[in-house]
Amino acid sequence: MKVIKVDKKNWADGLGKLRGDYRLFGPAKNKDGHDFKELDKGELPDFNFLNTRLSAKSMIFPQSEAMFKYSLDESEVDHHIMREVEKDYSPRAVFGIRPCDATAFLLVKRNFDTPEYKDPYWIRSYQAGVYVGLACNDPCSTCFCTTAGCGPFHEEGLDVLLVDAGDHFLAKVLTEKGKELARAAGWTAEADVDIGPMKQTAESKISSSVNTDKLRERVTTELYQAPFWEEAAFACINCGTCTYSCPTCWCFDIQDENHKNSGIRMRNWDSCMYPLFTLHGTGHNPRETKVHRVRQRFMHKLKYYVDKYDAGIQCVGCGRCVRLCPVNIDIRKVCELMNSYEG
Amino acid sequence: MLRYIDRIREISEKLLKEGTVEMVIGFQKGTMPMMNRPCFAKGPEDVRNFVWDSNCGINLTSYLTDRKEKIGIVAKGCDSRNIVTHIIENKIKREQIFIIGVPCKGMIDRHKIASMFETEILSVAEEDGKVIVKTGEAEKTLEKADVLQKNCAVCTHRNPSIYDELAADLLEEQKDADRYADVREIEAMTPGERWNYFDDLLSPCIRCYACRNACPLCYCPTCFVDESRPQWVGKSTDPIDTKTFHFLRAYHCAGRCTDCGSCERACPVGINMRLLTKKLEKDCYESFGWEAGLTLDQRPPLDTYKPEDPEEFIK
Repeated sequence: MKVIKVDKKNWADGLGKLRGDYRLFGPAKNKDGHDFKELDKGELPDFNFLNTRLSAKSMIFPQSEAMFKYSLDESEVDHHIMREVEKDYSPRAVFGIRPCDATAFLLVKRNFDTPEYKDPYWIRSYQAGVYVGLACNDPCSTCFCTTAGCGPFHEEGLDVLLVDAGDHFLAKVLTEKGKELARAAGWTAEADVDIGPMKQTAESKISSSVNTDKLRERVTTELYQAPFWEEAAFACINCGTCTYSCPTCWCFDIQDENHKNSGIRMRNWDSCMYPLFTLHGTGHNPRETKVHRVRQRFMHKLKYYVDKYDAGIQCVGCGRCVRLCPVNIDIRKVCELMNSYEG
Repeated sequence: MLRYIDRIREISEKLLKEGTVEMVIGFQKGTMPMMNRPCFAKGPEDVRNFVWDSNCGINLTSYLTDRKEKIGIVAKGCDSRNIVTHIIENKIKREQIFIIGVPCKGMIDRHKIASMFETEILSVAEEDGKVIVKTGEAEKTLEKADVLQKNCAVCTHRNPSIYDELAADLLEEQKDADRYADVREIEAMTPGERWNYFDDLLSPCIRCYACRNACPLCYCPTCFVDESRPQWVGKSTDPIDTKTFHFLRAYHCAGRCTDCGSCERACPVGINMRLLTKKLEKDCYESFGWEAGLTLDQRPPLDTYKPEDPEEFIK
């Protein structure tokens, strides 16, 4: 696919042209970090970050999303009937997605878009988007993407990959959707450059890694009963930081929010770190202690997923959980324990 | 700091060797700058993992809740005060624990230091009251006093209020700290300004509950935000629900909070929710002369009645 040169002085102009055809989303500074949001008129995505605080996951799968609304007011025709909440699935362009987060879209897709089950909210939202990535020229010391199935210039899950090259961007157009976006933005100047060397430089800056080669052959029940879990889980406070910041965590909870005579059925991100996650109606909780819960999180990402899909680990190496965990639980260490555990 | 570490290891080793306790809870060095990890030692050889420096801001008392075994625990001033509160509230028994008291010289504010640098911080070291921060491009030396956690900067109980053995000599307590300057600023606002201030303060909250879970006071089997029958608070990212969570959690800490700063330190998005608990701490101090966790011999003011309690608020 071709690479286009986009001068930064024409950047705002191109984005302005897109506004007729797309809603624009991208990272914006929010206090000490960057978060994805819909860009206001004239607002440009802010690329001055190493990585966004939370991943781009929310662009497709928001933390809180209304599914249905209902009314119990019998004077209304459709009382006691769940009505779908109207949503805007018009075309949208999301800018500034790090390649790890884009790869994560495809991991999450394995859960939301299967031959048997199709999650209508996720799929419609996913299909409405054109995904414009931002290659990592300067990965963090906690990034281990190159050993977690992607990399700082990885293209999977993206329609266009932007590379910051000083006074201009190089835009590698990857899909038909991407081509359309480039046309709409007026990006036409083909660049006669090979981004290969920039990719190699970025990859050579990745200083952190995980070994995952033995996970598949490990015996599930042995790993499950391995003696290291108590120690690995000890520090954990069972907050939702790791799951909420994770681009590949897909679990959600459904809640009715009732107000007087009407209400909304919401779905919210959930976390396997919360005791409520597995609490049965009887009061029994099969994952009663934090050791159970921490083990579940890592076994899911690094063993069950590996076994079920045969497509690597359920982690793209973005390093957010490592950076944000309040008590320094480090998935790289736990992965090492699991990978090297011989029973 | 090295002397502290040696003493902590020495005492812990002795406790484990002699079987005084089954485990010792302390800190080990983390994998990130400014992050130490709470850990335990169960055998004398495990104590070599223990460290002590200005990154031990997580309150270890949380790790004692409802444990049944005999435990040694490393405790700085605020931790020890929360241990006292835990004992008073029957979350642990005094005779179950051996407290290794650590006179504390203050913890550094990881959020503040991170926000001072444009690029990633690769290492943070300490030396004689200085903090040396290295990024990929630069090295900068900061005065530790300038980058202390806000609660540590105004702390008046650096020495443990309760301990079985000390890891270092007791320190002189700060006398002239203006403890409530930040609270007074908020008190001076009009209700409208205050509302906007809290709105802004809590706007980055992602409802991960790290603040609640890092708090040694928050040990309810089911927190009110998790309760579903009936459901008190919505679980979405609605700003009103988020504020309700923070405000009500703060009230639950009234008369119990030691301003240890664990909540703020744990927050992944750097919210200073401490301001809420701090206001209640100030009220308890001014109304009842009460500071939590200083003694085992007195009930906290909110679960006792005294005829001389102030009653001006009754109109």
